[in-house]
Amino acid sequence: MIYLDNAATSFPKPPAVIAAMVRFQKEVGANAGRSGHRLSIEAGRILFETREGLARLFGIRDSSRVIFGMNATDALNLAIYGVLRAGDHVLTSSMEHNSVMRPLRNLEKAGLQITVLPCSPEGLLDPGDVSRNTRVNTRMCILNHASNVVGTIQPIAEVGRICREKGILFLLDAAQTAGALSFQMADACIDLLAFTGHKALWGPQGTGGLILGAEMDEGRISPIRQGGTGSRSEFEEQPDFLPDRLESGTPNGIGLAGLLAGLNFLQEKGVEEIRRHEMALADRLWRGLSEIPGVTLYGPPNPAHRVAVVSFTLENLSPSEVALRLDEEFGILCRSGLHCAPSAHRTIGTFPEGTVRLSPAYFNTPDEIDSAIQAVAHLAREKPWTNARV
Amino acid sequence: MDQCQGIVLFPSVHFAIKAEKLVRSEGFPAKLIPIPRHLSSDCGVGLRIPWKEKETIGRILAEASVRIEGIYPLEPKGAPGKTLS
Repeated sequence: MIYLDNAATSFPKPPAVIAAMVRFQKEVGANAGRSGHRLSIEAGRILFETREGLARLFGIRDSSRVIFGMNATDALNLAIYGVLRAGDHVLTSSMEHNSVMRPLRNLEKAGLQITVLPCSPEGLLDPGDVSRNTRVNTRMCILNHASNVVGTIQPIAEVGRICREKGILFLLDAAQTAGALSFQMADACIDLLAFTGHKALWGPQGTGGLILGAEMDEGRISPIRQGGTGSRSEFEEQPDFLPDRLESGTPNGIGLAGLLAGLNFLQEKGVEEIRRHEMALADRLWRGLSEIPGVTLYGPPNPAHRVAVVSFTLENLSPSEVALRLDEEFGILCRSGLHCAPSAHRTIGTFPEGTVRLSPAYFNTPDEIDSAIQAVAHLAREKPWTNARV
Repeated sequence: MDQCQGIVLFPSVHFAIKAEKLVRSEGFPAKLIPIPRHLSSDCGVGLRIPWKEKETIGRILAEASVRIEGIYPLEPKGAPGKTLS
């Protein structure tokens, strides 16, 4: 089996991640921040170290500004519903995932104004469009750091600088880039960063969160859930300090223990070194596929402008057919279709059929990439009528 | 020994754990313990420290932007504590 669906969830995980989760459940297991006993404190320490690791990774001094949630979607919902009000205007790009577009479209019915800035066929936003489309009531700009469909990396430093100048909050969807690219929140004037633990941070599913930049006035974001925090229990109002203000209910202790081990793995190997390895694989894949007649590749060809995502279509077979046959006949696991991002597929011209997406990661090998190229070459040689197979 | 001890209270366990790490790294004996009932109805933990080091530790925490609710003497056998602002 060759797993090339790391843009959805990285797999396999580093053994230390699994070991940390087993250790948590066997030896810690308690509720962080709720009781005063040693296991509760140990669980609290694990959460604390995970927050510290994330704060360090993104250059944030105060780790209480790291708010845990279920995943990037959860974090984006907190940022969107917690900040935006009827009558506000929002800028976003045509490359966004439904985790941004669906909450926005829902709020649009309640009076939110939305401008979707079109991107190039390679998925690139022109930062000048942010300035040109700013209104007096523009509250926020939301941008996908790197596309989950084609991997295109957006010019976040320029966009962030423009947002800061114009007094607009900059919310970055870093689902594909947290851990995959080396960047600091302050360098791109990022006010809110939504991340997930289960992709390039090497943690398990069910971990993620929102990080408030140092310049972000925490009073501008309201909780979308209230509840138990283990603090200020005598009061029935939500605490006014972070992280408790925005984080209620028993946290995912076992998941965050795994995420901490993932962060340690990342630090040990180095974000740059992992990227170098992954982009060598992605580039090998891109070059190999580009030589196959009948293959169309999407996104920027230069690997420096992408994360390790390669999207393609075949002339003779539909994306879903390709994905099924890669799985059944070659044991190659990928993702086909629209990747929860219909607007992005419209931008690159692949709506409604979508593409086949292959996304390698650190644990893939050049041999696996070569096998995938050979498998696609085999399918590309078939006559279109084989598509009629039921 | 109890009369020589104090306890630092924090708004949340996040700061309590941060403080413990910080204070220990500066070489002071410090331990997270459940908050005595007479000091707070909260269910969290506080940081037990040597009472004579309260000014130094208070300064270390302030410099690291660790939010605290106060430092109180730990009385033996749950006697009512005196508030120290």
